[in-house]
Amino acid sequence: MNETVKNVGLFGLVACLIVGTGFVQGANAALVIVNFGLISAIMALGVNLQWGFAGLFNIGVMGFVALGGLAAVLIGMPPTTEAIAAGGGRMLIAMVVGVATIIGAVMVYCRMAPGRTRTVALIALLIIGFLCYRALFDPARDAIEAVNPAGTGYLGGLGIDGIWMVIAWPVGGMLAAGAAWVIGKTALGLRSDYLAIATLGIAEIIIAVLKNEDWLSRGVKNVVGVPRPTSYEVDLQADPAFVERAAGFGLDPVLGSTIYVKLQYSVLFTIVLAIVLILAQLALASPWGRMMRAIRDNEVAAEAMGKDVTARHLQIFILGSAICGMAGAMMTTLDSQLTPAAYQPLRFTFLIWVMVIVGGSGNNFGAVLGGFLIWFLWIQVEPASAYLLAAITAPLADGSALKDHLLDGAAHMRLITMGLVLLLVLRFAPRGLIPER
Amino acid sequence: MDFLNAIIVLLNFVIVPGIAYGSQLALGALGVTLIYGILRFSNFAHGDTMAFGAMVTILVTWGLQGMGVSFGPLPTALLALPFGILGCALLVLFTDRTVYRFYRKQKAEPVILVIVSMGVMFIMNGIVRLIIGPDDQRFADGERFIMRARDFKEMTGLAEGLALRTSQVITVVTAIIAVALLFWFLNKTRTGKSMRAYSDNEDLALLSGINPERVVVYTWLIVAALATTAGVLYGLDKSFKPFTYFQLLLPIFASAIVGGLGSPIGAIVGGFVIAFAEITITYPLKKVLGYLMPESLEPDGLVQLLTTDYKFAVSFAILIVILLFKPTGLMKGKAL
Repeated sequence: MNETVKNVGLFGLVACLIVGTGFVQGANAALVIVNFGLISAIMALGVNLQWGFAGLFNIGVMGFVALGGLAAVLIGMPPTTEAIAAGGGRMLIAMVVGVATIIGAVMVYCRMAPGRTRTVALIALLIIGFLCYRALFDPARDAIEAVNPAGTGYLGGLGIDGIWMVIAWPVGGMLAAGAAWVIGKTALGLRSDYLAIATLGIAEIIIAVLKNEDWLSRGVKNVVGVPRPTSYEVDLQADPAFVERAAGFGLDPVLGSTIYVKLQYSVLFTIVLAIVLILAQLALASPWGRMMRAIRDNEVAAEAMGKDVTARHLQIFILGSAICGMAGAMMTTLDSQLTPAAYQPLRFTFLIWVMVIVGGSGNNFGAVLGGFLIWFLWIQVEPASAYLLAAITAPLADGSALKDHLLDGAAHMRLITMGLVLLLVLRFAPRGLIPER
Repeated sequence: MDFLNAIIVLLNFVIVPGIAYGSQLALGALGVTLIYGILRFSNFAHGDTMAFGAMVTILVTWGLQGMGVSFGPLPTALLALPFGILGCALLVLFTDRTVYRFYRKQKAEPVILVIVSMGVMFIMNGIVRLIIGPDDQRFADGERFIMRARDFKEMTGLAEGLALRTSQVITVVTAIIAVALLFWFLNKTRTGKSMRAYSDNEDLALLSGINPERVVVYTWLIVAALATTAGVLYGLDKSFKPFTYFQLLLPIFASAIVGGLGSPIGAIVGGFVIAFAEITITYPLKKVLGYLMPESLEPDGLVQLLTTDYKFAVSFAILIVILLFKPTGLMKGKAL
């Protein structure tokens, strides 16, 4: 059996699993898995770029995904004109002051000669800057958050609607790239475990910002009704032409419209995945990709050959994070809501890592396969283990405390399963299902 | 008088909680640093190891409470702690046998071991949630306070009270005992010395006839004891919730790195640095300044530099500053 046959077979297997879901649980359930699988595959490609190509240990994926989600809100939601009038300008000035303080501090640090004068100047600049920033920021925030706090209480976005909403995806990527630049400038070049802890921390901070800065993202009050680039079910159901077409397929309008909308998403996501995958493949085969792998395998040798290791690392860190941010924006448009409290590192960082390791780090097709396969398992392990636990506990009396407890535990089986899958793959197929060539 | 009042406010809300939190972080960071020193990888499952040990302790505590056993004014959990340590030790030794040993034999790269520990983290996290559930559990019993704020006010006649919770005092006392035992073990016993030798230079230690597997087993036993103690103390002081323990990973690693990975003293220093920084920066200083400053200058706002939710940002900022300016940490890490 040659490699191509095996790989096609693996993809075929995952396709069968998803199609099987369609027959057992309905087309809607299968399409949900497909859509999230597509998003997961894109995230896995981003992480694969960083880990598989360059050996960068980034466990702050969640932060970049969340920033992408914020981009969807900032692009799609209608602007809260009253709030902008009340505090938008002041907020902008506060932000400028904040950024200027940091840039100034960096300038002072780089330009002035080391010594006591520099330390004093640096500390004075930071304290004065911070006080100015808070003096401007606090009233602006209060003014913005006072405007109809139950309904809006935030600045809102640009109010872009319809198919143009896809702009939010690259914007999410750019937002994540900007954050990645700042992080990369400070934290890259650290040893791999240190970079890991640093990225873990930055992800938690980004989530804390989204949860607390109500003026920006409504915080834990969540943003709902983020516009979609697709049709809306209610519009389709009211459209006689669509109802007729659905009837032609033997579907009632409700089922037909939900499937139609999900298919629209699937098509859009597939286009994005295809573009990212083609670009990643081209990059992998290009001299640039070879250089990246050379740096990964032996940094010292690559540096001796005149490669700028730090700059290349920064480059690929930004690219990978941008892809994750884009996927995050796609996910928020699919959910059409931003719930900062839903971002959990196990789900949005470590699960993506499982996808990359299981699929095969360093291989783009492996990452895509891992994305679909692990997402399928993540979704299906819960009902499967509920079924299994029900079978195991069948002899126990109904309503017994142990039985109820075990049945409640089904939700946590997915964590154990993911850990087991990761450990088994690392042990018996350390290069993943589709190894790097 | 105002000056005294200011000091009492600071003691009550910053210093006492800071010492307690710092002790918990120090115990956690000691575990991380030991694994890094001997097994040479960053163990991402450490937060969940703490959660597992604490969970076993809680289950035994409930059992003891059910049997009517109590520890007088002290929490029953202290009686259950040895059982928790035992349970946790069995789990980590089992994990080492089934998972880590394979990679040790292969001399795998540290980063592979880190990824392996991610898998272990998933499984431990799942097991803890499966057994005890994802919700908050309170298991502290016995006397809640050693000194109540009201009693303190009556005793001293000051306007501000100083409360001393039992859990805070127990945390500090237990931490001191644990650290003293650890240092005695590392510096005075034969096994402890062989551990330090192994951490310092693996090849030389092997040549001198030190059995590496024995060193590893002892390391895991100590780590289990430290992790369980840290987990139980944190749970007594705040409350037990699996997800919180997972999140403790960041401040714990920050403490270990700030102090210098691999250095036990560094882990303790780092723990207190991180704890005090987190609490001071997220505590509203209005009351303290209100006592210290003349009335005309009294601040209007809360004088809270950052809200409590940004405490991660504090650990992170300290971590970055230390890594950029003193990459080996405050205490020069690497060897025990």
